Amino acid sequence: MKIVLFFLLFFSVYAYSASGAPCGKYLSSDGSIEGECAKSYVNAEDLPSLQKGAQVYMNYCLGCHSLKYSRFKRVAEDLEIPLEMFEENLIFGDQKLGDLIYSSMQPKESKEWFGNSPPDLTLEAGLRGPDWIYTYLKSFYVDNSRPLGVNNKVYENVGMPNVLLEMQGIQESVCKQVPVISENGGIKQDPLTGEFISQEKCGFLEVQPGTGTLTPEQFDQSIKDLTNFLSYMTDPMKKERETIGVYVILYLIVFTVLSYLLYREFKKDLH
Amino acid sequence: MMTKLMSWLDERLPITATIERHLTKYPAPINMNIWYLAGVLLVVVLVIQIISGIWLLMSYEPTAEGAFASIQYIMRDVEYGYIIRYMHTTGASAFFALIYLHMFRGMMYGSYQKPRELLWVVGWFTYLLLCMLGFTGYVLPWGQMSFWAAQVIMSLFGSIPFIGEGLLTWIRGDYLISGITLNRLFALHVVLLPLALIAVIFVHILALHEVGSNNPDGVDVKKYKDEDGVPLDTKPFFPYDVMHDLYAIGVFLIFFCTIMFFYPDGGGYVIEYVNYEPADNLKTPEHIVPSWYYTPFYAMLRAITFPLFGLSAKFLGFVVMAAGIAIFVALPWLDRSPVKSIRYKGVFSKFFLVLFVISFLVLGYLGSVTPTPLRTLAAQFFTLTYFAYFFLMPIYTRYEKCKPVPERVELS
Repeated sequence: MKIVLFFLLFFSVYAYSASGAPCGKYLSSDGSIEGECAKSYVNAEDLPSLQKGAQVYMNYCLGCHSLKYSRFKRVAEDLEIPLEMFEENLIFGDQKLGDLIYSSMQPKESKEWFGNSPPDLTLEAGLRGPDWIYTYLKSFYVDNSRPLGVNNKVYENVGMPNVLLEMQGIQESVCKQVPVISENGGIKQDPLTGEFISQEKCGFLEVQPGTGTLTPEQFDQSIKDLTNFLSYMTDPMKKERETIGVYVILYLIVFTVLSYLLYREFKKDLH
Repeated sequence: MMTKLMSWLDERLPITATIERHLTKYPAPINMNIWYLAGVLLVVVLVIQIISGIWLLMSYEPTAEGAFASIQYIMRDVEYGYIIRYMHTTGASAFFALIYLHMFRGMMYGSYQKPRELLWVVGWFTYLLLCMLGFTGYVLPWGQMSFWAAQVIMSLFGSIPFIGEGLLTWIRGDYLISGITLNRLFALHVVLLPLALIAVIFVHILALHEVGSNNPDGVDVKKYKDEDGVPLDTKPFFPYDVMHDLYAIGVFLIFFCTIMFFYPDGGGYVIEYVNYEPADNLKTPEHIVPSWYYTPFYAMLRAITFPLFGLSAKFLGFVVMAAGIAIFVALPWLDRSPVKSIRYKGVFSKFFLVLFVISFLVLGYLGSVTPTPLRTLAAQFFTLTYFAYFFLMPIYTRYEKCKPVPERVELS
């Protein structure tokens, strides 16, 4: 028992966890919190979601962003997409299944076009966290003062165009009347009339209905899948690792119990 | 047959004598407690690090162009490469966690006192080598934090008056951190430092077996012996301690593997998130933070915000940080107490030891967060209390009232 406590003390340093990347000027849907990322969906077991995410990635992202530490074949195998189907539909140009996933855009040219080369995204979910990516992708809005006509709530003045515009439709940053929250946490009321008091707050994101090919719900699901795919991309061995881990720990438990019993036998010698 | 072979061997190599001296007849005090496990576990982690390191080396590419990609190659394309790498990263953190506990055990029970001064000094050298190994190894993946940590730590040498600039260029082998720097850190990390570490650990164990293990009561177990000359309050290291350690190793490995398989980045403490981005000398990360095991000393470095006697604040911070690491070596001569163990020392020793632990932990926290004026003030205060434990030790250990030490060990 003492030994167990000792190790708990030992690794208590891991009890702390680092805070997630804050999300710039992103407003929660009720406008009460600014800068907190929206919750994404991460599930390495959900193959349909990962497959859908891979499809969105290859069609909308790979034009600029490589996944150059990973291979097409590995993705196809991990996501259980038949190799032929994958090669036919998700590999563009003359790349082979065994190749690393490079983008066809040359970094030198893109640097001239955008001022910065689009980063490789293999490890992006590890670097920024899936919540950040998910929130970032849904936070583009029309801003005519920017060279590309769009801006982003999470990453202000980002050099990236809104490539998902076709699906999402035109999104704008709008102002809304929001209820004023009183000190006790309820909605503030006028003391005489009892009416709810509201104030104007800006920065809400609103899509012009009918401008995109997907409904808001469908679009949200698409970028959730895309985020899930990028999480898989950072840590493709998660599933295998955890399966092996369970067996390793079960073995170690047996080993520890046996060695404890052995130790107990020897201890009897010591009066 | 077997006995004949053994006697043939023994005439040429002292095998039986060595086994008896270091295992079957090595007297281990019967009252050794849980704190004494850190030592054997450190040996386990050393083995883990050497084995996983060799396998990492088979696929790692020590160039500025290829290092980052080769790590991802190990993680993705090498069979079970991710297990090997996570073993090494988790092992690095475990190494430091254990050595801090091991050192604290020594401070608590006075294991550095006569006749174990050299044992302590040699042990301190293993800690120093481990710090260097940690730093050089941290640079090898060539991620953003690798690069900028190297930048910050190496630039400290540049703050030395007069010779700093030249020394810095000489250490880096270049005018900035570059592939050349990476190559030399690589050579140090995989050849020189591990060799030195193994040699020093060997001497450490040799010295330990010469003077014998201390114990929580700090009494000399060799004082009372039975008719065969075996100290009374001891048991043979093998099999009794080895069996106990085997069980402890099992428990340790369960924790180790839980982190390795299920939380390999340890919430950003074992593998920092910033290191998911390749090194870029044009882009400074927002916060440059060292690994958790250096943060107490990093906090000391940042605590010195003022120049003094014509010396820059950075250089003074460097000196204070180095002193914070080096001061441990002086412990055997700072402690003037007639007793070893904290159990029988006076109230001042207890107070200052607790103060030291609090200072170390608070500095560790302060070194991992961004500085604010208040935090800097706190870091300055706790740097003072950290050093107070050491510098006031000759005074408080000499004049405080100690409890009487029992003649033989007491078992609860």
